[in-house]
Amino acid sequence: MSFWNDPLKVAADWLEGVFTGWGMDAVLSHVLVAFLGVFLLIALLMVLDIFLVWIERKVVARFQDRIGPNRLGPFGLIQPFADIIKLIIKEDTTPSGADKVVYNLAPILSMMSVLILWAVVPLAPVVLGVDLNVGALFLIAAGAIGTLSIIMAGWSSNNKFAMIGGFRQVAVMVSFEIPMLTMLMIPTIYAGSMNMNAIIGAQDVWFFILSPLGALIFLIAAIAELGRAPFDLAEGESELVSGFNIEYSGMKFGMFYAGELLHAFTFGGFWAILFFGGYRFFGLEQVSPFLAILILIIKAMLGYWVIMWVKYTMMRIRIDQMLGFNWKFLTPLAFALLLVTALMNALLADAPTWLYALGMFLANVVTGWIALEIARSATRKEREQVEGIKTPVEAHH
Amino acid sequence: MTAQQIIFMIVAAYTLGSALMVVTTRNLVHAALWLVSTLFGVAVAYALLNANFIAVVQVVVYIGAIAILFIFAVMLTRKDMRDSGPQMNRNWWAGAIVAVLVFAGLAFLLSGWSGFQNTAAELPAEFDAISLLGEALTSPQAFVLPFEVASVLLLAALVGAVYVAFNPTKK
Repeated sequence: MSFWNDPLKVAADWLEGVFTGWGMDAVLSHVLVAFLGVFLLIALLMVLDIFLVWIERKVVARFQDRIGPNRLGPFGLIQPFADIIKLIIKEDTTPSGADKVVYNLAPILSMMSVLILWAVVPLAPVVLGVDLNVGALFLIAAGAIGTLSIIMAGWSSNNKFAMIGGFRQVAVMVSFEIPMLTMLMIPTIYAGSMNMNAIIGAQDVWFFILSPLGALIFLIAAIAELGRAPFDLAEGESELVSGFNIEYSGMKFGMFYAGELLHAFTFGGFWAILFFGGYRFFGLEQVSPFLAILILIIKAMLGYWVIMWVKYTMMRIRIDQMLGFNWKFLTPLAFALLLVTALMNALLADAPTWLYALGMFLANVVTGWIALEIARSATRKEREQVEGIKTPVEAHH
Repeated sequence: MTAQQIIFMIVAAYTLGSALMVVTTRNLVHAALWLVSTLFGVAVAYALLNANFIAVVQVVVYIGAIAILFIFAVMLTRKDMRDSGPQMNRNWWAGAIVAVLVFAGLAFLLSGWSGFQNTAAELPAEFDAISLLGEALTSPQAFVLPFEVASVLLLAALVGAVYVAFNPTKK
């Protein structure tokens, strides 16, 4: 076993050897090495986060036909550091009447809810925090902490706009948790396990091909969970100024902002893990864990790019539209898709791989098509009630 | 004392301390947040017992749904969230006595049990608790009937909520 095949274990064993060589207790050195591993992962993620700010600004600039940051360093790469210095030296304000402890705890919890997700992300077959057998559910559990942090921020700021923003964001998160949880069940059905590594291991055919509709619903729910456009009604600059984080300044705001960016990147990663084969890419992951990490990061970046693409293309929707879309369309569709998938999985249990994939793909297409037809006729009826029945007018020339 | 027992003691003390804060803090939202902290402590206790699934479900259901619902209920029903009314009613001492008696009774009963001093056994690597649980919940030999009854109960609650909220006179 060499460093190139299992870097984490080799490094941990070496460090434990060093610590016990210093006369440290074996258990204590094991705990210390585990802590150092966590610390290293968080440090790397925070460094990545700094560059995510740059990536986000650069990409939004391209979508809006601008160049983006380009003054500091090559391609404006030093810009995020200037941003950080600005955030740190800003005055740290606390509104009068704010609940100080809760107010200061909220940004920390918000960041924590994102970082804790990385405990179950398998960067490579052997490079991962914990091989949890309930990895998929862990995603929802971490989201619960994120929801809590937002309601804490909104309530403790002693500001009505912050409160309304917090309420809205929690309404979005609580609603879209349901389609997300349902869609997490689809890779679970295919892989027969909720373990992230097992889900990746089962993707000889990408689950995106088996269930394109599932991947799409998961992406929509993930974007809603992130509170990004078109679901950014918690921020709603035109009506709420900045939503739940309105009273936060300096690095406390920075925590929310950086947390959101890292969250988007993380969900890009989960999208890749659940539906696009994670670190697998034509057997390249067998060569070296480092290559596997690189593949996963590239896939996560592509997922992040799609999320940014949606954010900078779509308009914000109203809260009643959001609730109607979720409860009247997305949630029933997610349940129907789950039923269809489970049924097809049982029917095609003994089928060869190509037939299984084809059957699943067609089942998804048919389910999505039926759902769209039902939605279309329902919305047409609704429109006719409001506007009266209209007969299409032939255009005469 | 093993490391696991020390960790358990810390978690238990944290959970009990949070639970005490739930009933003694004056602010209702603070009480709800302390409740979240208590429930989190319980989730850690489950995790210490190698019950990963129960621990995660504890966080999802109790923190993600019930605690958020509590906070919403407090925020939507109270006009002013800085409460100044009396915190305890006249029966607080009766409640305290019942709580102490229940604790003493449970501790007495459990101290006679053979596994009272044991630490959680290490699970073998191939032991897949979650698939065993899934099979137990769907197998006719095991718990499929209670599972289905619970589902129907939840569905009835859901239908009831929709019925209460639905206003047929509108539109």
